[in-house]
Amino acid sequence: MDPAFIVIQSLSGLASASSLFIIASGLTIVFGVTRIVNFAHGSLYMLGAYLAVTIVPMLLEVDRSLPMFLLGVLLSALIVGVIGAVMEIVLLRRIYHVPELFQLLATFGVVLIVQDLVIKLWGAVEIPGPRAPSLRHGVFIFDQRFPAYELFLIGMGLVVLGLLWLLMQKTRFGVLIRAATQDREMVGALGVNQAWLFTGTLFLGAFLAGLGGALQIPRVAVNTQMDISIITEVFVVTVIGGMGSVPGAFVAALIIGQLQAFGILIFPKITLVLVFLLMAVVLVVKPWGLFGKPDAAAGRAILPEGILSLKRFGRVDTIIAGIAIAVLLALPIVGDNYMVKVGIEVLVLALAAFSLQFLIGVGGIVSFGHAAYFGLGAYAAGLLVTRGGMAMEPALLLAPLVAGGFAALFGFFIVRLSGIYLAMLTLAFAQIVYAVCFQWVAFTGGDNGVVGVWPSAWASSRQVYYYLVLAMTLAAIIALRHAIYAPFGYGLRAARDSAIRADAIGIDVGRIRWFAFTLSGAAAGLAGGLYSFSKGSIDPTMISIPMSVDFLVMVLVGGIQTVIGPVVGAAAFHSVKDFFMPLTDFWRLFLGLSIIMMVLVFPRGIAGATSALVDRKRSVTLPAGGV
Amino acid sequence: MTLLAVSGLNKRFGGVVAARDVAFSLQAGELLAIIGPNGAGKSTTFNMVGGQLRPDSGQVMLAGENVAGLAPRAIWRRGVGRTFQIAQTFVSMSVAENVQMALISWHGRVFSFRSRAETLYRLEALDLLDLVGMRGDADRPVRELAYGDVKRVELAVALASQPKLLLMDEPTAGMAPKERAQLMELTASIARQRQIGVLFTEHDMDAVFAHADTILVLVRGEIIASGKPDEVRANARVKQVYLGDMGVEAAMRARRGRA
Repeated sequence: MDPAFIVIQSLSGLASASSLFIIASGLTIVFGVTRIVNFAHGSLYMLGAYLAVTIVPMLLEVDRSLPMFLLGVLLSALIVGVIGAVMEIVLLRRIYHVPELFQLLATFGVVLIVQDLVIKLWGAVEIPGPRAPSLRHGVFIFDQRFPAYELFLIGMGLVVLGLLWLLMQKTRFGVLIRAATQDREMVGALGVNQAWLFTGTLFLGAFLAGLGGALQIPRVAVNTQMDISIITEVFVVTVIGGMGSVPGAFVAALIIGQLQAFGILIFPKITLVLVFLLMAVVLVVKPWGLFGKPDAAAGRAILPEGILSLKRFGRVDTIIAGIAIAVLLALPIVGDNYMVKVGIEVLVLALAAFSLQFLIGVGGIVSFGHAAYFGLGAYAAGLLVTRGGMAMEPALLLAPLVAGGFAALFGFFIVRLSGIYLAMLTLAFAQIVYAVCFQWVAFTGGDNGVVGVWPSAWASSRQVYYYLVLAMTLAAIIALRHAIYAPFGYGLRAARDSAIRADAIGIDVGRIRWFAFTLSGAAAGLAGGLYSFSKGSIDPTMISIPMSVDFLVMVLVGGIQTVIGPVVGAAAFHSVKDFFMPLTDFWRLFLGLSIIMMVLVFPRGIAGATSALVDRKRSVTLPAGGV
Repeated sequence: MTLLAVSGLNKRFGGVVAARDVAFSLQAGELLAIIGPNGAGKSTTFNMVGGQLRPDSGQVMLAGENVAGLAPRAIWRRGVGRTFQIAQTFVSMSVAENVQMALISWHGRVFSFRSRAETLYRLEALDLLDLVGMRGDADRPVRELAYGDVKRVELAVALASQPKLLLMDEPTAGMAPKERAQLMELTASIARQRQIGVLFTEHDMDAVFAHADTILVLVRGEIIASGKPDEVRANARVKQVYLGDMGVEAAMRARRGRA
């Protein structure tokens, strides 16, 4: 290869590394102090860009100069910083002590809210930004033209690194940030004003996100998908570098910048896959990233977030379940076509949510990418039918096998980790699947997806297909529920409660978690397969992050401590969504607010709250020691 | 045959030597205590025998087989049960279910989907709970128990696999004095009755000198003394470590004063 070309390529790698570092450093500082992985960091980045395309042109009207451009960028970043501080005061402050899953979901609620607000304020059409005055020319390096603005970006990355270093070493605020990153409780015990420290940290983190976004406007047209696309990349950078480590984020951003710059030459379509593979490999070798440290709290016995006690069905429960099944059986007879369609969707989603609860509630494995296995099942079934010319029946059998196979492959890496790193890796694998389905147009149809996935002739009537779905989802849910009560489920719960104790009584913790992951993936795959035949088409949104979040919300609505809750949650969530979505342009805003409200006031979900109520009644009516 | 024979065990963490050429042996039915100041390498030695840590070098011969570096569950399968310094139980389960889980694993049925776990080996679990005096609490959630009772449950869990060797890392830590004596008496009687070797670490010297057959004194990763309780009690080096030079003199003076 031509050496000049290599230099240019690696310079453009440095420019994107520089942008990535500016954004990622904000996320990692916020995580270090608050221990919250802020999903909304990408939204803050997007807001920075939108504010900049509004403010910068106004300033350039006054005086078309580079200082005016920079002033606009800085102003945008400052406004985003204030928004971050407000977000800390209004929301984050209330969720520091809730489990990671709830924190991730609540901040994802902010993502949804910001998306709708941005569309409302700026419209859905992308907005090209102004170019930076005096940096519009190209610089010649080895006779190759290289944009001056990219060089400027490289410089900005170094400036931010230097300023952060000064801040961390020379100011009281910086020292407190470092101290809190090492031991948050100790900083609190020493009498530091934590509220001020946390708000300040969020201001800094949001400022960096906004700065990163504002600096992009000469390079990319500002659009409403910027938030999700950047947040996955930034997650990868912070995880590889070690969450909470600024130098780690810098090194990881450099590696990823180069990987993308050169990866695009070798595998133009799958650079994203390369990046996520790098992350998987790093986490296998160093489970806390390159510069990360295990959490100080590790080893303490805490009550896990999930199913705490298994009750058998009482008389009332059996009657309710019986009525529910009777209603489900009668639905195609008494209901119209629309109700049958919604019924199919609810059943399919109930199975997917139940399989996720099997992982989270029983196994303590918080998957943030469960849509991957749902989608893999759907794509497997759809492609086997449309491209393989297979009939529905074998395709439906193979769908869970394919999804289970991939779950086994990804799970092999995933189950070795725990906590936030595990959640990040599940997200990364889901994004790989999404990227492949989205970009491999020739095979998967890309954005358009696969069409013409219809059931066999005998099941082509909606009513008959409904009964098929009912039989298969019920069978799968009953089987999974049985597994929870069987020794396998107890073993999985034992591994969750205390891995070290489980190991000391001969339970192979890694194997049981791996097996559970595979089983859950296969069940989600069956749901996906059933879904694809009911729709007749598949597209990549089935694998997207919002889909994974929908599943999590179903589990949460139903109650994370209950066995059957997710089924209730799926029914409630889907009915509400189906009813409200056509009525409003602000569905995401509504959903985002609901998620946040749920995390704040209703963390045990519908079924959880009901059973708590029943328990309270019982303990009143029965004398102590009655059962 | 010697139940446990440890020889030349070494472990370093960076520049810190946590264990240097540690060697000892243990017979069936014998109670061996490892004592020493904080950071002496007691837990490290312990975790190397139990498989939680891999030794840098050395042998851990269990009934004639070298188990050094094996995974905890492989060592468990060869007949080693253990309790932890900070009690480790399955906090979402009842007391009986904790023991049942150990029995399910002992019978190789963890990957079974066939039956309901709550009914499996319940009677055997209740017998074990009876042995440690916890039968009356069998159906209480283990997370509601007092810490001393949790330690008893841990003992029942460790006994579920009918071990030849029990490893107990500070079995009485965090317990009231009266409870301590009871738990140690219980352990000692079970060990003698069932011919189980017990290796334990302990800070409570009363418990150690009352129940241990042999005592091993570990300081900065090295064994500085070992022998019968009386021999160790009389050992000048041990006195020095525990009391310091001035302390020894002070103790001698105090003793003379009393005599």
